[in-house]
Amino acid sequence: MPFAHIIALAVKEFLALLRDKRGRYVLIGPPIVQLLVFSFAATFDLNHVPVAIYNQDTGSASRELISHIEGSPNFEIIRSINHDADIAPLIDNKDVLLVLHIGPNFSADILRGSSTPIQVILDGRNSNTAMIAMNYLRSILLDFNRDSMKKQGQTGPRTVLEIRNWYNENLQSRWFIVPGIVGLLTLVVTLLVTALSVAREREAGTFDQLLVTPFRPVEILIGKAIPGIVVGLVESTVIILLAIVLFKIPLRGDIGALYLGIALFLLSATGIGLMISSIAVTQQQAILGAFLFMVPAVILSGFATPIANMPIVVQWLTYLDPLRYFLVVVRGVFLEGDSYALLFNQYWPMLIIGIVTLAFAGWLFRHRMY
Amino acid sequence: MIANTASRMRLLGMIRKETWQILRDPSSIAIAFVMPVVLLFLFGYGVSLDAKHIPVGIVIEQPDLATRSLAGSFSRSEFFSSVLYSTIQEAEKALDKRDIEGIVWMRNNFSANLLSGRQAPIGVLINGVDSNQANITRGYIQGTWLAWLSHYTEAHGRPLPMPVTLEQRVWFNAALSSRYFLVPGLIAIIMTLIGSLLTAMVVAREWERGTMEALMVTPLRIGEMLAGKLIPYFILGMGGMLFSVVLAVWEFDVPLRGSFWLLTLSAALFMLVALLIGLLISIVSKNQFVAGQLAIIVTFLPAFILSGFLFDINSMPAPVQLLTHLVPARYFVAILQTLFLAGDIWPVILANMGALLVMLIFFFTLVRIKSRKRLD
Repeated sequence: MPFAHIIALAVKEFLALLRDKRGRYVLIGPPIVQLLVFSFAATFDLNHVPVAIYNQDTGSASRELISHIEGSPNFEIIRSINHDADIAPLIDNKDVLLVLHIGPNFSADILRGSSTPIQVILDGRNSNTAMIAMNYLRSILLDFNRDSMKKQGQTGPRTVLEIRNWYNENLQSRWFIVPGIVGLLTLVVTLLVTALSVAREREAGTFDQLLVTPFRPVEILIGKAIPGIVVGLVESTVIILLAIVLFKIPLRGDIGALYLGIALFLLSATGIGLMISSIAVTQQQAILGAFLFMVPAVILSGFATPIANMPIVVQWLTYLDPLRYFLVVVRGVFLEGDSYALLFNQYWPMLIIGIVTLAFAGWLFRHRMY
Repeated sequence: MIANTASRMRLLGMIRKETWQILRDPSSIAIAFVMPVVLLFLFGYGVSLDAKHIPVGIVIEQPDLATRSLAGSFSRSEFFSSVLYSTIQEAEKALDKRDIEGIVWMRNNFSANLLSGRQAPIGVLINGVDSNQANITRGYIQGTWLAWLSHYTEAHGRPLPMPVTLEQRVWFNAALSSRYFLVPGLIAIIMTLIGSLLTAMVVAREWERGTMEALMVTPLRIGEMLAGKLIPYFILGMGGMLFSVVLAVWEFDVPLRGSFWLLTLSAALFMLVALLIGLLISIVSKNQFVAGQLAIIVTFLPAFILSGFLFDINSMPAPVQLLTHLVPARYFVAILQTLFLAGDIWPVILANMGALLVMLIFFFTLVRIKSRKRLD
């Protein structure tokens, strides 16, 4: 009998969710569009950084250095200037991100075998972009230095760094961002679906009616949780397929380990959504409440900025965030080929968050009356 | 004259009703005041792209003077917190378990090769999953290694001048602190939240409950109705802006180098655009679930990802770059970062304010057309 209760309730929830054409559309269309747009947009890699060259040197060494920069896909030389006074307007107006200033004695110094400085003036308004551009420039200069030392027959200690990157060999941002978006979009959709389910009935007054039916709170809880979990499961599966087929992200680990992570993550997201929903009195409160949870949850999850860079106190806070664990699972299974054992420490916190929040939501059903 | 007074009374009545609605509901206040504080503190103190104490493993197969001095360079650096290993297998296991982010590996004949002038490569392994972080780690490892190399060669009487050295001068943010660009950019996000999300939900609720139809049968004109709805939220949004600027300058020490009045003017312009978009969303969706979803998808997430707040627009593929021109936050973020860090750079500010003005006119016309009093 309880089983029939749960099925009946779940069917009713699905109908409430899907009967509206616009409601159906927002569950399917926007997440796909977001995946596409954000996967292309959300990258820290720079290309075609606009550069101006201020070259006072007439020798061949400076020409060679400039051709090194021209050859890089990261930079695009769009201006050559001849006066100090030209620098400020170019940077101020955001025409270029950086100006490279080569002094008049550049080639002569290099020929004599002495060290010569070049100057870079960067627009620091976005300091991360400035720092990345600076790193690119340093790598180019490292190559240039090695070449010109070889030409002059200098034999210093012959040591080089042989750098290899594990898991993401060419350091493509997209490999990092797209699995992250799987977590992000799954969270957004699941939370919105569940956050509104109780609040909608509270606002309409039908929740009180539901409570006086022979349904037990546990049955109501499960019936309300099922749509969130099913929608989240479909949503994440579609995004994962797109990530593999369209974005060619390698899936190196066990798909079972991934789906165990998804199941536990959906459990915790549904729990949080239902908890917010049972606290809220109106739909507006529910949506804004979901939002108040979601934004910090995304920021603290390590989606775009590493958790290790946060202050210790903030790092403690991230342990409450289910997305934090899920992102490790998705990225671990996709890129690092992790399986169950290595991810155990990510699984159990999500299970605990899920159980605690669901229990609290069930308790609130009976104890928060309006 | 009489018509004028009546109109003003109707408008005031409408404003009073909306203000009460905002004050009565704790969630509106939460979005307008709690959210900005949470966001500002998270971004001001919590989130940072500036890595420090990156855990790296140093593998020394044979301890001697050269390997110890290189390991010393890493352990002294504030960018790393180094862990010593004696075999590469141990270190690789730690990298697998994510205990360390990278490995610097000196093989057992490293010093002998180095002294005799043979090839003495150093192996570097970096966990590349977070590619941005991996790039930063690589840059720091290279820098530490170069500094060690020039020090080492000098100590051995064979100084090795690098042909070219780089002198960097970063304008507007000499210390490259990520807080300086994150905190001003956040103001655009906060105002998007208040202007679009909150407004969209509130007006959609009137449609859902049918009170919009009740409003229609009153003598209230459509223009008065729109103005009455927008003015309280406009004040709320500008309040949020002012509050954020105060926090940015006094709590987070972000310099405000441009003029405050220009900031207020451009904020007002952006706020109006955000409000009109919120209104439009509510008119189109007419129910709170759809309005909330649409507002997040059409305004909040683009403001986060497509505005240049975090990710560089110039590096996006051309079609996506084109798309960013439709995001009002893009123009406001450019104005904010310039006004805060660079000052009153007129070409940048006028161009972006012009774009916001065009959007304002466009959305105003669209709202006028869509919001005729009618039932359907």
